[in-house]
Amino acid sequence: MGAIWWAGAANTVAKKRERSIILEQLNIQPSLPSAVPAISGAPIRVGIIGFGIRGEQLCRALGYATDEWKEDMRLAAEENPKHSALKDFMGQDKHNIKLTGVCDIFDYRANKALKSFNRDDNKMERFRTHQEMIRSGKVDAVVIATPDHWHAPMAIDALENNIHVYVEKPMTHTVEETYRLREAARNSKAVIQIGHQHRQTLSFQTAKEIIQKGTIGHISLIQTNTNRNDDNGAWMYDIHPDASPQTIDWDMFLGSAPKVPFNKKHFFRWRKWWAYGSGLSGDLLSHDYDRLNCVLNMGIPDSVMTSGGVYTHRDGRDVPDVLQVNMEYPNFSTGGSQKAGKEKGMTFVYSATLGNGFSRPTVLMGHDGTMELGNRLTIWPDGRSTRYAEMVETEKMKPGVPIYQYNPGASVPDAVASATSQYFADKGLMWTYINGARVDSTFLHMREWLSSTRNGGKLSCGIDEGFEEAISSHMAGLSYKLGRRIEWDKEQEILKPIEGVDFDEALLAPM
Amino acid sequence: MIKIRNEKYLKNSMVLLRLFIGWHFLYEGVIKLYNPDWTSFGYLASAQGPFRPFFLWLTNDSLIGIADLGNIAALTFVGLSLVLGIFEKWGALVGACLLALYYLAHPSFPWVTQLNVEGSYWFINKNLIELIACVVIYQIPTSAFFGVQRILGKNEVQTETN
Repeated sequence: MGAIWWAGAANTVAKKRERSIILEQLNIQPSLPSAVPAISGAPIRVGIIGFGIRGEQLCRALGYATDEWKEDMRLAAEENPKHSALKDFMGQDKHNIKLTGVCDIFDYRANKALKSFNRDDNKMERFRTHQEMIRSGKVDAVVIATPDHWHAPMAIDALENNIHVYVEKPMTHTVEETYRLREAARNSKAVIQIGHQHRQTLSFQTAKEIIQKGTIGHISLIQTNTNRNDDNGAWMYDIHPDASPQTIDWDMFLGSAPKVPFNKKHFFRWRKWWAYGSGLSGDLLSHDYDRLNCVLNMGIPDSVMTSGGVYTHRDGRDVPDVLQVNMEYPNFSTGGSQKAGKEKGMTFVYSATLGNGFSRPTVLMGHDGTMELGNRLTIWPDGRSTRYAEMVETEKMKPGVPIYQYNPGASVPDAVASATSQYFADKGLMWTYINGARVDSTFLHMREWLSSTRNGGKLSCGIDEGFEEAISSHMAGLSYKLGRRIEWDKEQEILKPIEGVDFDEALLAPM
Repeated sequence: MIKIRNEKYLKNSMVLLRLFIGWHFLYEGVIKLYNPDWTSFGYLASAQGPFRPFFLWLTNDSLIGIADLGNIAALTFVGLSLVLGIFEKWGALVGACLLALYYLAHPSFPWVTQLNVEGSYWFINKNLIELIACVVIYQIPTSAFFGVQRILGKNEVQTETN
């Protein structure tokens, strides 16, 4: 009996010791969320521009859910007790704000917001245009969740009137706008936050520290992916039965886009056309790019080459549904364990298809190790690592066995409603975990922005981060459209001109 | 009732069965006892089949600690009692109950997804077989023949197997 006891205890203790040797060597401490000063005084008055799918999500992050959504989530929880969306929402801390304005050019959506939010304790008004809302004196800040071609015009208008801005990604629709918006942000007293909420995800902040410590050595290749295989993921959103030229302000929708007759598909499924959206490069690459830019701070690539096509949804769309982007960083380095000068440069690959759902993880490939980055974070040592050579040889580390795993939500079982939300959740784009509790990362991103409007303080995704994200996405889109390498001139901060090519014209042109 | 060919051989076999099962339980208990990071959370959270809600309920914050502690205590108790040969009937009983819980959390029903499972099973799996072995140990105790009970209980009436 003593033998069994001894064997069990000795084996367990030995394993624990081995692990603590590795952890000591790695010296990794998971990051905690940064504290944000509270919003004191009168509530901040917020207006929402665009109350569609994302607009509703953003309002929930602000603390405002429609009655319809609450009822749907209550029913979902009845069916599956693990479905915790409503519980999570009710448990979310309250911001010191009032949602005082809504601007949506589709009557049904504007009325939906009014019906749920215009109450005795929260007076809400509908504005016909964003210009009216911005100049009404009734909002201090606006949240912009419109099609991409409206992001910059609205954000610039708000900033020029010193109204704070939270704008969805991609920050802009053209190259030229990107500079104008940056100028407006620099000259404004108001603050702007770009909607890359994953910057609040704890695993990314931890990843940043891990890489800075040289844990995986010199990274030569990064692989990011989009793998979706459902119509919702391919932007085939529902067309509402109330939609008609009478209920939708069509001219306002078009804005700077080419004048075409009223078209419900364009209105609800705008992500499928370059005239209003930015395809995979602006829509989803922008997320993956910024996810890595927040970990590595690698900035705008020296050059980008893209290829792809419309191969899985030939339904009249002109944005590609299969896309491969290679971004080159010949001068970037995360440091290394080998002799100086041997290693320098990195390629960032984004590979996407809307016709297959096999979950390819985001992988950072270094000389000393490999990191898989999502809501969880896993690191494997490399069999030929210089840094870990001795530990690999003495079998204290094995190439197939992770040396570090960080799963802040390990004690929380999740229920994720749809394939598309699973896609975002896996990437750490939907929520993060604080002390084991699931927290919507958009909520944290909003809270940081709201606090900054009153208390100042650095934003996680301000204008400079947004500028890098927008330029990089546009370079990818342009390379696809022109079939050429697009280069960035770091000194002059411009795209290197190509004779006879107007970049913005090319970016907006239908394919 | 049943004809036993050689009672001595049966007794020896039963002692071995008891010791092996005790060995298995004890080792499982000690491993968990010495690993502060061990938790039954994964096993419970991935539970399948008709009793899934019950096992999921056990995973909530206020209960998981108790479930973990209870499991370690029960495993160790069963292990000690069967290896030492003392209170073995209780040991066999608790062992059978534990195994029933393990089985019900991941039952080998063909229509239930098999998660956290090694091997291929159709209704019957190793947990269920070990459970029956515990029932047999309960029926045919051997501690009076080999075990601490023999030293303590020399004066007691010995259980006969017939």
